[in-house]
Amino acid sequence: MKKINLLVNTMAFGTMGFLYLPLMAVAFFSVNNTKYGLSWKGFTLDWYIKLFHNEVILQAAWNTLVLAVVSTLISTALGTALAIGMDRFPWPKKMNTALDLILHLPVIIPDIILAAALVVAFGFLRQVSSLFEPGLFSMIIGHITFQVAFVALVVRSRLISIGKDIEEAARDLYASTSYLLWKITLPLLMPGIIAGAMLAFTLSLDDFVISFFTAGPESVTLPLFIFAAVRRVVTPQIHALSTLVLFVTIILVFVMERFTRKLNTK
Amino acid sequence: MITDNKGLSLQGINKTYGKVNAVKDVTLDINSGEFFTLLGPSGCGKTTLLRMIAGLELQDSGSVILEGQDITRLPAIKRQINTVFQSYALFPHLNIFENIAFGLRSRKVPEKEVQTRVQEALDMLELGTMPNRYPHQLSGGQNQRVALARALVNEPKVLLLDEPMSALDAKLRAQVQVELRRLQQKLGHTFILVTHDQDEALVVSDRIAVMKDGQIIQFGTPEEVYDLPKNRFIAQFLGAANLLAGRFHDGMFHTDIGPLELEGPPPWERGVIAIRPEWIKLSDTKPEKNGIKAKVSEIIYRGTNLDIWFEPGAIRVRSSTYKNFKIGDELWLDLAAEELVVLNE
Repeated sequence: MKKINLLVNTMAFGTMGFLYLPLMAVAFFSVNNTKYGLSWKGFTLDWYIKLFHNEVILQAAWNTLVLAVVSTLISTALGTALAIGMDRFPWPKKMNTALDLILHLPVIIPDIILAAALVVAFGFLRQVSSLFEPGLFSMIIGHITFQVAFVALVVRSRLISIGKDIEEAARDLYASTSYLLWKITLPLLMPGIIAGAMLAFTLSLDDFVISFFTAGPESVTLPLFIFAAVRRVVTPQIHALSTLVLFVTIILVFVMERFTRKLNTK
Repeated sequence: MITDNKGLSLQGINKTYGKVNAVKDVTLDINSGEFFTLLGPSGCGKTTLLRMIAGLELQDSGSVILEGQDITRLPAIKRQINTVFQSYALFPHLNIFENIAFGLRSRKVPEKEVQTRVQEALDMLELGTMPNRYPHQLSGGQNQRVALARALVNEPKVLLLDEPMSALDAKLRAQVQVELRRLQQKLGHTFILVTHDQDEALVVSDRIAVMKDGQIIQFGTPEEVYDLPKNRFIAQFLGAANLLAGRFHDGMFHTDIGPLELEGPPPWERGVIAIRPEWIKLSDTKPEKNGIKAKVSEIIYRGTNLDIWFEPGAIRVRSSTYKNFKIGDELWLDLAAEELVVLNE
């Protein structure tokens, strides 16, 4: 028994190391006082300071944030409406299965396929309006297309766990559809909606493929910038930038965890 | 169609789910101020019927008439009928006060009136000390009272109760049954209870409708339904019954355990009669009529009485006298003619 325990523990720590050592290495090099090489040359925050004076990076960070916030807001509203519509409308059984499949498809199909499809679609739409030129607008639409499915899935699982009893009770107590939605359904769904939004936000934040295919010259995001920069040379500035993005993500996950737990216990 | 019935009237209600006939041609008149019970095993359609009265489900055909007014086409939010759900379905994110106030607030009742009416409901159901608590902080029995208060505060013309006691333990259930009965008599509202618990039905109801396979098979006061069960199903579902099959000829009903005299000729030649275990008298001497000599095969002690099984025929007798019976004792069973119920099947 002891031997098996040792093996399991080694595996567990090995996996953790495999996951987190590269990230820790990035954080390590971001405060290493040397431009090249892998040896420790003393602690510095120079790379972070330089980062905040780099106009290109700041612009990319701004683009990333705008893209993530706008696409998350829209996809959360659409995804929530979609989930409620799918779960609460009395669809016939076959239609329900079909809807389920359609909802899961964007989650399963490779990003690259979705990206290629978007390129084709925007190519057509460009003939109608110049709005669909590669750029931030197209990127927002691109991100929404894959975020909606994730939001809807998360919200729907929450809807199922709430059940229909409570809404029937509200109807029985004279609640109109809008009153029911505002006073009962949405408050009860809130943990699911917030979890879905957080997921959509992090997906948008680190998306590369969809952005790469839909971005214009003015709308470079952080992942696109890092990709382009790394192709030349990995600088400590990139390490610093990656470490910051990592931090933001960790904080987001932490906040989401706390928030949903708080709402769930209520 | 309009009737003069002051209460609730169901006329020819049908409902199918796919190929299943959940409710078949149900016609019922429920009086105003009456405690009415729909009793039946699970899956008999009683909850479906209740949901159609509430307006949460639409029947395929038939009408629902409340105080002479056809409400068949009205949705739940327009019916002056409220429901206590089996799961209580309290709003978990609202405190007890807001839960009870919900029906008043959604109809935009003035705030002052909301305050007084909710307070009255809280007091009536002894929830006065906990308006600021949340449902998850309350016990099952307390939540059940909240569900009751939440429905009653709207002063419904009919209160529907969908197995409201199934989540309570046996002792609390017995207590709540009596309280519910008292509450209904005090308020004088029409209550319709759905249950599969026959004891509960007998304790609380003015009248009972026994349902099976989507149909109402018997309908009457608890005494009528218990004393004169119409068929084998009701005899066995409501309480216990000894069923005796046989043939009627030459003025006597001939069974495996011997010939019995009936009060009158049955409407069939071959059929079944029932007698409840507590209606059979035991004696050491041969009764004048309908005496059967039998041997004790099993004795079950049940606290307030004994259940004694006899051979032949596996006849069960419930006796409250504590005579010292032993297995193997031979006794006379008195199956008096007036206690024999002729079942029509």
